[in-house]
Amino acid sequence: MTQDARIPTEPPLAPGERVLGRLEIDFDPAGRFAPGELLLTERRLLARTGASDGWTAVGLGPELRLRVSDHAGVGTLELHGPRARVGRWRYLMRRQEQAAEFADLARQRLAGVEREPEAEPRCATCGSALPYAGATCRECEATEVADTAPATWTLFRLWRFARPYRVWLAIGFVLTLASTAATLVPPYLTMPLMDDVLIPFQNGQPIDVRLVGMYLGGLLAAALLAWGLGWARTYILALVSERIGADLRTAAYDHLLSLSVDFFGSKRTGDLIARIGSETDRINVFLSLHLLDFATDVLMIAMTAVILVSIDPSLAMATLLPLPFIAWLIHLVRERLRTGFEKIDRVWAQVTSVLADTIPGVRVVKAFAQERHESDRFAAANQRNLRANDRLNRTWSLFTPTVSLLTEVGLLVVWAFGIWQIAHERISVGVLTAFLAYIGRFYTRLDTMSRIVSVTQKAAAGAKRIFDILDHVSSVPEPADPKPLGRVAGRIELRGVSFRYGNRTVLQDIDLRVEPGEMIGLVGHSGSGKSTLVNLILRFQDPATGSILLDGTDIRNLGIADYRRHIGLVLQESFLFFGTVAENIAYGRPDATRQEIVAAARAAHAHDFILRLPHGYDSLVGERGQSLSGGERQRIAIARALLIDPRILILDEATASVDTETEQEIQRALDNLVKGRTTIAIAHRLSTLRQADRLVVLDRGRIVEQGRHEELLVVRGAYFRLHEAQARLAAAQFGPGSGPEADEPPAAADHLGRGTS
Amino acid sequence: MSGNGASGRPAPISLAFDAHGRLELRLPDGTVRPDVTPVRAFPLTAPDGSVSLVGRDGRELHWIEGPESLDPGSRDVLAAALADRDVVPRIERILSVSTFVTPSEWRVATDRGETSLTLRAEEDIRRLGPRALLIADRHGIHFRIDDIGRLDARSRHLLDRFL
Repeated sequence: MTQDARIPTEPPLAPGERVLGRLEIDFDPAGRFAPGELLLTERRLLARTGASDGWTAVGLGPELRLRVSDHAGVGTLELHGPRARVGRWRYLMRRQEQAAEFADLARQRLAGVEREPEAEPRCATCGSALPYAGATCRECEATEVADTAPATWTLFRLWRFARPYRVWLAIGFVLTLASTAATLVPPYLTMPLMDDVLIPFQNGQPIDVRLVGMYLGGLLAAALLAWGLGWARTYILALVSERIGADLRTAAYDHLLSLSVDFFGSKRTGDLIARIGSETDRINVFLSLHLLDFATDVLMIAMTAVILVSIDPSLAMATLLPLPFIAWLIHLVRERLRTGFEKIDRVWAQVTSVLADTIPGVRVVKAFAQERHESDRFAAANQRNLRANDRLNRTWSLFTPTVSLLTEVGLLVVWAFGIWQIAHERISVGVLTAFLAYIGRFYTRLDTMSRIVSVTQKAAAGAKRIFDILDHVSSVPEPADPKPLGRVAGRIELRGVSFRYGNRTVLQDIDLRVEPGEMIGLVGHSGSGKSTLVNLILRFQDPATGSILLDGTDIRNLGIADYRRHIGLVLQESFLFFGTVAENIAYGRPDATRQEIVAAARAAHAHDFILRLPHGYDSLVGERGQSLSGGERQRIAIARALLIDPRILILDEATASVDTETEQEIQRALDNLVKGRTTIAIAHRLSTLRQADRLVVLDRGRIVEQGRHEELLVVRGAYFRLHEAQARLAAAQFGPGSGPEADEPPAAADHLGRGTS
Repeated sequence: MSGNGASGRPAPISLAFDAHGRLELRLPDGTVRPDVTPVRAFPLTAPDGSVSLVGRDGRELHWIEGPESLDPGSRDVLAAALADRDVVPRIERILSVSTFVTPSEWRVATDRGETSLTLRAEEDIRRLGPRALLIADRHGIHFRIDDIGRLDARSRHLLDRFL
């Protein structure tokens, strides 16, 4: 996609001048959309903006500065000279990878650094940079979703899930053939019944009871056979499609769980739930109902056509010719209805979203006396719903009568032509009756058949959304040949670690060594990269450059689950699953004994409050269970971490969301947890890091200071400023002298010295 | 009636572009701040209303209650800077849509020329009142439709499938 085929004018390259980098630009200088491009050579920057087809060139030199910025979906690349701006180009943010890449190269040229342009790992399809060789390309991923319409062939990919059941599918198909054939027998028998029994009787001959008995017996037998075969076929195929759906669901969920954390960050929970829940169900229904019906109908039409032609070719033509036309008419009306139904779905979603908005916020609504306003909002959404329904109902009410009308017209044609042929003695009355019986079934199926287009589209869209998940490769790959992890000492080392999100550098050149059993505190403003650093250590993401080592082994060479088993994590908001307290504590080690669970809870200072719950350790907690306070949940999370006895502990703002008193209690629990483990703690409140052996101060993605609390205060650098700001805040909040940090310096110095324990 | 009334006092600041094409702010006390970014406070509901002038560190340097309080020269400079910064193309026609199922790729004609946008989901179409829409492209550009009623029938028809 980067290699544009149609370049209007060749760039004016000097002999021997090589193009090192290329960036497509989307705007002309006036800010109108116009495709252009920017080329980087060894000595110059060549630009072509849409307005004029000519090229402008800027010579590169060390005095120039390149600036990349973006706002509201538009990226800007500016080249500034010492006194004035010499160039400015704007592009759409879908090129941000390309642009960051281009800017990197250009900066190196400006600085005069020699560098092979293809040194970094690159995506094979689009050419943008990758964090490491073989990683999924974020750019491709983005464009892939964008330009693939849900093609119906996605449904064929379901074969992967159908394969295991191919024997059953084959049996189902044979049964379908047989049962369809059986349903076609009764109309055929009407022919002799009419011609050999009824007509002769009208002409004065007595009824041949034996013949009648035989024909009626045949009718009954055919009906019974069709019934039995139809049952077997429907049952077998429903069974199979249900299994295909279940396999699909499990596969999608398993794959989902294997994806890296950033995938979940970019998707809405409701959307993922819908994909795995209702989309698989939709496919299921499609396979077991719509596709089956359609196949039966097609078979039936084909068989009927053969039978009709074999009885009387000319009448068969008259019967079959109007069919496609009528089917097309029905399809037209259906299409109109479909868009209408989709619209109603969307409007309905608006109605429910008003509810979802106000019901959880009902306290705010009442406190601000806005019941009237909310009621109006709901009424307005409801009104829209009503209007959409009214509009649809106009067409909808027309639909069934239209189908009947078309059917009648079709039958009318057959009647007219049939009577005309009987009049000319070309066919018997029985043949006409048989034709009418056959064709009557036909028309009723046309409506169902016309639906196949829209259901197939819907199912294909659903299948595509599921394969989106299944095709997504985790950005944190499992190593091909994981190194076994023996006893872990817990030494963590970061060597030259950088990480960037799009064109924003989050971490840059981090070197950090944490000794076994050491506790470090990560300190810095929000956005300074603390959480990213922790995510990298947890291997929720992989660094763009550099490496992270555990006891000297790159963590990318360790099995992911194997590695994470040695890490205990306590987050700011602890998540409890629906289940008992004991199950929640034993989440990381389901085989733990009751004694171990209680011991962990005791160490986490959770034992006492757990016993106060109505069913002790068997009390249900989590979404539909007992509600616990933030501090209580936190202590359960600490017990959870204690129970797996990890060598490495990560505390991400573990005490940020509780009050000061609870914090002290949690702090005591944490003290138990931290003992003897390599600990990395993030805390916004500096006072919670009093235990840390070393504080690491981050600022805009770099380590700016390291050391103990007192040492850092003496330097009067970044940490000092952070500390001062918090002390001021605490003083302002609690009044002079009463805050925990107001009288900080001497007191803090006291308890920060951890040595004597 | 004095020009320096208590409330309507015109802010004695001035704005200009420097040679780098950046906005330069001269404050009442004569200090000059280079590289200032204008930010609309209510870009959708009052685009011509209040503007905050933000310094390079992301802190507000000056608050302009209404651009009419500026001298005409500065007002034009501000308008140009805002127009340059906030790219919100107005959709005049929807030329084609790739599919009625999202994500969908649209070709649109706007007041800034033809371009394409990717609609990730129907929720990315935000209603701004009964007739106006704001459509977010997956890569961050916001497109506006000021009045659905003024679109041609085909565009309206295409759009309707997503509303």
